[in-house]
Amino acid sequence: MTSLVWLTILFPLLGAVINGAIAIRRPEAKGLVSLVGVGALLGSFAVAIGIFLEVLAGDGTATRVLLWQWMPVTERLSIDLTLQVDRLSTVMLLVITGVGSLIHLFSVGYMKSDPGYARYFAYLNLFVAFMLVLVLGASLPVSFIGWEGVGLCSYLLIGFWYEVDANSDAGKKAFLANRIGDFGVLMAMFLLWWHVGTLDYDGLARQAPEVLAYAGAPVTLIALLLFLGCTGKSAQIPLFTWLPDAMAGPTPVSALIHAATMVTAGVFLVVRTGVIFSLAPVAMEVVAITGALTAFFAATIALRQNDIKKVLAYSTVSQLGYMFLAVGTGAWAAGIFHLVTHAFFKALLFLGSGSVIHAMHHAQHAAHAHGDAQDMRLMGGLRRAMPWTFVLMGIATLAIAGVPPLAGFWSKDEILAAAFVRGGGNTIYLVAWGLGLLAALMTAFYMARLMAMTFFGRFRGGDTLEPHLHEAPAVMTGPLVVLGLLSIVGGVLNLPGFAGGSHYLAHWLEPVTDATLPYLDRLEMPHGMTELLLVGGAITIALVGLALGMWTTLRRPVLTPAATPAATGLARVLEGKYFIDELYQKVFVGPTVWFSRRVLWQGIDQFLVDRMGVGGTARVAKGLGWLGSRLQNGHVALYLTLFVAGVVLLMRAVIGGAP
Amino acid sequence: MTAFLAAIGYEQWILHVLLGLPLLAIPMILIMPVHRARWIALTVALIELVLGLGLWWAFDPANPAMQFVTDVPWIGAFGVGYRLGIDGLSVMMVLLSVITMPLVVWSSWRSVDTKQRGFYALLLALKTGMLGVFVAMDLFLFYVFWELLLIPMYFLIGSWGSSNRLYAATKFVIYTFVGSLLMLVAIVWMVMEVGRATGTYSFAYEHLLAHAYLLESSGPWLFVAFALAFAVKVPIFPFHTWLPDAHTEAPTAGSVDLAVILLKMGTYGFLRFAVPFFPGFALSESVGLVMAGLAVIGIVYAALVAMVQPDLKRLVAYSSVSHLGFVILGIWGSTVESVQGAIMVMISHGLSTGALFFIIGMLYERRHTRKISDFGGLARVAPLMATAFVITAFSSIGLPGLNGFVGEFLVLIGAFGRYPWLVAGATTVVVFSAAYLLWATQRVFFNRFTNPLNEGIGDLNMREIAVLAPLLLGMVWIGLYPGPILRRTEGAARMYIEMVEPYLSETPTVGGTMFRGGR
Amino acid sequence: MLLGPSLALSAVLFTLGVLGVLVRRNAIVVFMCVELMLNAVNLSFVALAQVHGLGGQVMVIFVMTVAAAEAAVGLAIILAIFRHAQSVDLRQLTLLKG
Repeated sequence: MTSLVWLTILFPLLGAVINGAIAIRRPEAKGLVSLVGVGALLGSFAVAIGIFLEVLAGDGTATRVLLWQWMPVTERLSIDLTLQVDRLSTVMLLVITGVGSLIHLFSVGYMKSDPGYARYFAYLNLFVAFMLVLVLGASLPVSFIGWEGVGLCSYLLIGFWYEVDANSDAGKKAFLANRIGDFGVLMAMFLLWWHVGTLDYDGLARQAPEVLAYAGAPVTLIALLLFLGCTGKSAQIPLFTWLPDAMAGPTPVSALIHAATMVTAGVFLVVRTGVIFSLAPVAMEVVAITGALTAFFAATIALRQNDIKKVLAYSTVSQLGYMFLAVGTGAWAAGIFHLVTHAFFKALLFLGSGSVIHAMHHAQHAAHAHGDAQDMRLMGGLRRAMPWTFVLMGIATLAIAGVPPLAGFWSKDEILAAAFVRGGGNTIYLVAWGLGLLAALMTAFYMARLMAMTFFGRFRGGDTLEPHLHEAPAVMTGPLVVLGLLSIVGGVLNLPGFAGGSHYLAHWLEPVTDATLPYLDRLEMPHGMTELLLVGGAITIALVGLALGMWTTLRRPVLTPAATPAATGLARVLEGKYFIDELYQKVFVGPTVWFSRRVLWQGIDQFLVDRMGVGGTARVAKGLGWLGSRLQNGHVALYLTLFVAGVVLLMRAVIGGAP
Repeated sequence: MTAFLAAIGYEQWILHVLLGLPLLAIPMILIMPVHRARWIALTVALIELVLGLGLWWAFDPANPAMQFVTDVPWIGAFGVGYRLGIDGLSVMMVLLSVITMPLVVWSSWRSVDTKQRGFYALLLALKTGMLGVFVAMDLFLFYVFWELLLIPMYFLIGSWGSSNRLYAATKFVIYTFVGSLLMLVAIVWMVMEVGRATGTYSFAYEHLLAHAYLLESSGPWLFVAFALAFAVKVPIFPFHTWLPDAHTEAPTAGSVDLAVILLKMGTYGFLRFAVPFFPGFALSESVGLVMAGLAVIGIVYAALVAMVQPDLKRLVAYSSVSHLGFVILGIWGSTVESVQGAIMVMISHGLSTGALFFIIGMLYERRHTRKISDFGGLARVAPLMATAFVITAFSSIGLPGLNGFVGEFLVLIGAFGRYPWLVAGATTVVVFSAAYLLWATQRVFFNRFTNPLNEGIGDLNMREIAVLAPLLLGMVWIGLYPGPILRRTEGAARMYIEMVEPYLSETPTVGGTMFRGGR
Repeated sequence: MLLGPSLALSAVLFTLGVLGVLVRRNAIVVFMCVELMLNAVNLSFVALAQVHGLGGQVMVIFVMTVAAAEAAVGLAIILAIFRHAQSVDLRQLTLLKG
């Protein structure tokens, strides 16, 4: 089975090709599209389970499957398309195909009436194929195919409704932000190849420690460059601004790509190249503090957003920050653990919000009303019309807020504990831990606010809409239920000792992460009183945050957009997302375009090179020609006089000396 | 296949047939009725394609020396000979030309409706010139073919171009002519000086290559003359301003031929002549820095300038300048990897940019405008065209899995050892190239559908699909499985490196880059 | 015999011809001056033939033939110019001005 791992990629790839063909020839054949699109994912998932069972029975050694030689250039640079099945990629494989299948299924209902249905599934299938290449690749360049490929699909899906300028803008922005990160990945590859001589993950893990000095400049630079790539892909400071805009895409896309899978690729990459990071303690600190800062700042922005998807988007940014905080402390397993649980509950949240938007949209459609289907200020009281969605989103909210025994509690607690332990010897980690704690409080708060604004109180979207609100069809609620169950029990993957577990996931990943052990201080997880205090604190924070969020939101009626007064002070800054977008626009984008147009193009290219250089040469030639042409005035007499004078001179020269 | 080709004596006649057939067909075009002209051109192009494809198998990748060699005296008194031969570099260029030819003819099927005889006759003449440049193993012959290209191109731009065509055509000719005259002087000078030293006056490539080391004092000047001729053709910043004009004004067929073949002649010249003749000077620390520096400036500069172009064709023209900079960087990177990458960029730039020009030509045929602002939201009315454009754009951006990435990656990783900081500068272009192409894609094919004139443009027809499909397939194939091409060009790249290696200031080894002695 | 005077006369005639070509404006007169130059050269050919053998006389025949042809073509051109410009004044014929 393991040697057939390429099937997991081939199925969605074929699905993409077939659906693409359908999109062009017969876009109305939606039944066939669903069959192909969902079938491809289910097939992939089935193979993934088979592989998982085999890996489960194995001893943790990686299996490498050579597909073909990709770039056989020289003996020292020969890149093969090799897939690597080990315990880490198996976890990712399961998450991607599993959650991916559910989201594909959900999409069948969500996108039913969209004219671009076939195109949508083609893109979505293609995305899964690339995502699998990313996690299964056995070397950086192979992963890079997937890395950029998912960026491509993300671009296409964010701009899926391309006729709205803002959507196309958002897609482009996402790709460009990713590309800034890719600069880092490429540079890291160049450095790695010239220093270590290989780009294979295996080879890197073995040879990098021999070649690269611990905490030396090269390895630190390499790690930081890799991390730059991760900040682009996983929306961390400073490249996080694309992710909230990416919500322009269809909501299942936000769930699959911009919550569960693609954006976590950065975390995956850090774990994959863990040896390099562990050799560079400074880079680890940067990763951790960047993650913590992102978790904190994104959470503050989420406090004041009114678009239901924007709240979730900033929440995703924030949760990704936690994952980087985890891997920055060297708690690899905790990072992957949170990645998995987050995939469950955040996908659930997005799909739930999709279900809400779907209902709002259809109600507006039925009532011939127009309005923003995503503005929470126009929702309220939806729990009556949508009980399933309400309950399931409630579960996800508790999970993300960190209420035991739901999945999010265990993973987040693990991360904060790790940061706390590291903080004992390093202030940076202590600060990171503090930021993480505050972010946890805010997470509970904004999630409670979201639930309160959406599901509680009175419906504010207008009386004409209210009778048209309905629960989503079973094809949409079904995946929600599955994700809900996973969000509840997901924690068992890695239960800590006090809860009767044995950190199963951490042990499971040991064959992958053990290579980093010699270069990291051991994480002595707290025991006894400290542990209980930490856990108790975390629970308290979650509960306090939830209660505060509920209370402040429901204390007085939520104002509709028209009635909301303009925010001032800090609220305005938060609503404006710290005006980072405006800042980037003013400082980077605008000046670059201006410089390119005015200085490079019109200044250098058109004026200096073309007008002065080329045109100048032409003018000099023309001037000389003009001088010459003065002689040719048309009078034969002058020509002849010159001619005779010339002959006389010539004769004088030939005859020579005679006076 | 190989056995079959050997049985029919393929390697003895193929090059002559490829060169001669288009020339022989020109009188036919001129005497047959006008409406036959395009059919004759297409037939010739297809025959050339079928015959030329045999090179793929007949060429022996294991043999790094020149193959299919012909050496017949031509102007014996001056040591000029009809000398032909190909190696891994030229075989790829020849294949690229024979593949482009039918596509170019086919793409002109409807768009050229005036003076058809002249148009197709010139296309065929152009073809002979292109092939000749890449197979000539005699510098005189090379120069003849080099100049032979100029004249048809001048007329193609000047007669069938768009509004500002005469300015563009004249600029193109004068620019390239100045360069090539310098080259002619350099060639003659070389032959004379080598002749004086060895007693054999010959234009043969091998002869000059073997004795170029004798030209000590004049070497630098000769290199500069060669380099100027090639730099104009590539074009390297700041000799590039003819290209946007020529590309923009030329008819589609001209733009495609320019992009796919003509620009490669410059880089081919560097790889074949300028650097191997004078490696000591060309690869010295200062000259190397200047060339690699100009390449990187060109890469970034052209990408930034492309970003703000209002004209779609001009944008692609600047993107060519940017891509060709990678080739120069690869050549001066001076590792087998970077040279392989340079060859790869030459090939894949042909596919991507050729396809982009084809699509822009199709748009122009429909709307008679190339201004980006005249379009918008075309994906709704022309989904196939949008798909083709997006795929091509991403191949040009260098998305791994498509052709553009392979070459750029190899160039950058190969050149990193020698010029780490310059490579870092060049790598920033991954952002800018995405910026200009995606922005253009968005404004043409996405966004709101604003211009009602675009309503009836219609999607690609079967002929246009047939033109684009081979290119798109090629992009995916090269992107995922470049091995067969890399194996065929490896011999040439290795030969080249072996030739220049003794002159390299210091061979970078694994471990020394930005941090010299850092480990 | 009389070699010196003959050559002197030839030189005088030639100079007169040249001066005529340079200063006269009427195309016909210029043309006649050209003929004068040719005949001056003929004279020196004949004179020198006495010293150097018959080659000079042969050349004279040649020159006369060419001069006849030239006269035909030249007069035809002048006629054409006259038809075109209604004048044979060389100062007015400046079509080839740069």
